[in-house]
Amino acid sequence: MITVKEINKYFGDKQVLKNISINYMPGKCSMIIGASGSGKTVLLKSLVGLLEPDSGEIWYGDTLFSSLDFQGRKNIRKEIGMLFQGGALFDFATVEENVRFPMDFFTEWSREEKRDRVNFCLNRVNLENVNKLYPSELSGGMQKRVGIARAIALNPKYLFCDEPNSGLDPHTSIVIDQLISEITAEYNITTVINSHDMNSVMEIGDHVGFIYKGELVWVGDRNNILTATHKELNEFVFASNMAKKMKEMMGVSG
Amino acid sequence: MKNALELFGRYYLLMRIVLVKPDRWRIFWKQFIVDTEKLILSSIPIVAVISVFIGAVIVIQTAYNIENPFIPKMYVGYMARESLVLEFCSTMIALILAGKVGSNISSELGSMRISEQIDAMEMMGINSANYLILPKIVSSVVFNPLLMLMSFMVGLLGGAGIIIFTGVINMGQYTEGLQYAFRSYYIFYSMIKMSAFSFVITSVSSFYGYYATGGSLGVGRSSTKAIVVSSISILVVNLVITQLMLN
Ligand SMILES: Nc1ncnc2c1ncn2[C@@H]1O[C@H](COP(=O)(O)OP(=O)(O)O)[C@@H](O)[C@H]1O
Ligand SMILES: [Mg+2]
Repeated sequence: MITVKEINKYFGDKQVLKNISINYMPGKCSMIIGASGSGKTVLLKSLVGLLEPDSGEIWYGDTLFSSLDFQGRKNIRKEIGMLFQGGALFDFATVEENVRFPMDFFTEWSREEKRDRVNFCLNRVNLENVNKLYPSELSGGMQKRVGIARAIALNPKYLFCDEPNSGLDPHTSIVIDQLISEITAEYNITTVINSHDMNSVMEIGDHVGFIYKGELVWVGDRNNILTATHKELNEFVFASNMAKKMKEMMGVSG
Repeated sequence: MKNALELFGRYYLLMRIVLVKPDRWRIFWKQFIVDTEKLILSSIPIVAVISVFIGAVIVIQTAYNIENPFIPKMYVGYMARESLVLEFCSTMIALILAGKVGSNISSELGSMRISEQIDAMEMMGINSANYLILPKIVSSVVFNPLLMLMSFMVGLLGGAGIIIFTGVINMGQYTEGLQYAFRSYYIFYSMIKMSAFSFVITSVSSFYGYYATGGSLGVGRSSTKAIVVSSISILVVNLVITQLMLN
């Protein structure tokens, strides 16, 4: 479980995160949603320590992560997998080397054990015969899948995904969402996903937090998000004309 | 001024996480080989070409400038050797490497930074600065002095070549000059300088690349800064070392 207590983050005078508190549970896909520029990435990066909040606490289980230095965080980081918005695959390395990268650094496994684990992870994300390819030779969806394979290489307890389906076509998006959701349930991972895509929310949002201009203004799940009455949330959820029409047709009040 | 101090502070802090024992030596050596190939071996052709031409030009210029019949012709060889070893093969070559190697390092690290590859390493708990930068520094500091020696040899050969080609002086005079008042300390001095310059080039351009921001434009900008700042630093370091070692 991850516990976030009253974190604030400024860039210069501009407050990007405003007193955010939230809990994330294992085995669930928790989503952070909001418009572009609302602070989702900054929140996610603060959770994992790529950005330092100016105040507040971040707990992983009963460890106060936010008070640790780089060395102290290492142990928790080994249990974290992260999928970056652009994939962030190492372009100097093949697919196989990418997935093996964390194993090379943090395990004493033999060559064969590593190879088996690499193939297991690639199979898990439905990739075959790509071991020797470089990231630049893969499609966007495949890159995301390699990113997931690398993120789960060391059996993480925590998985963070920044806009996992940005830049993907609708079908591939659903495949990626499903994959993340399945893996989360299968290994009881605490998963936090940034998204501005309502399709994803309806597909996999076990727990949803809506950020508006750096403030966490609504928390719920995919079952009650459509009927919520929060004004800004409604504008976000029913942003497209299609959504507005459907809302009228269904006579949902809000 | 305040800006410059702040920049230097950030550089110093980066070096403090770079210059530590690698997490895994095996991974370090693997990276070391990759970087040696990319930074040192690939620089051999350009260094050789430049050295051969400069060697030749120094010989011609000196030969034509010695009009006084009382100055022996062998001075041409002596002058060529001294200018090559004292300044050209270390400082000039370092300035050229600052352009070639510096832009290579800063654009590579810069694009890794903006595509979040460095974040991905940090997320895994890897000291990315140590992993990416230390092998480059070590390799350059160790091997670039050999590149300097090569440049020296090739430069002298360039001088010999132009003598055969034009006959400005005869070869005996040239080789006599090459041996005249030879001080091996100068070669040592020049190699030390090259090591220091190499540290400056790799660490400064790594610094600018590692902290690049602002998309591909930003990568270009940091690459330019890397070259400018390392070139100027080379000139300053040159002055300091020369004062210390030749005084
Ligand atoms: N490194 C930074 N320096 C200054 N401002 C930043 C930085 N990163 C993000 N911001 C600002 O913080 C706000 C939130 O950004 P972000 O979290 O990336 O939004 P998103 O919800 O689209 O992921 C934006 O206004 C952005 O301009
Ligand atoms: Mg974002």
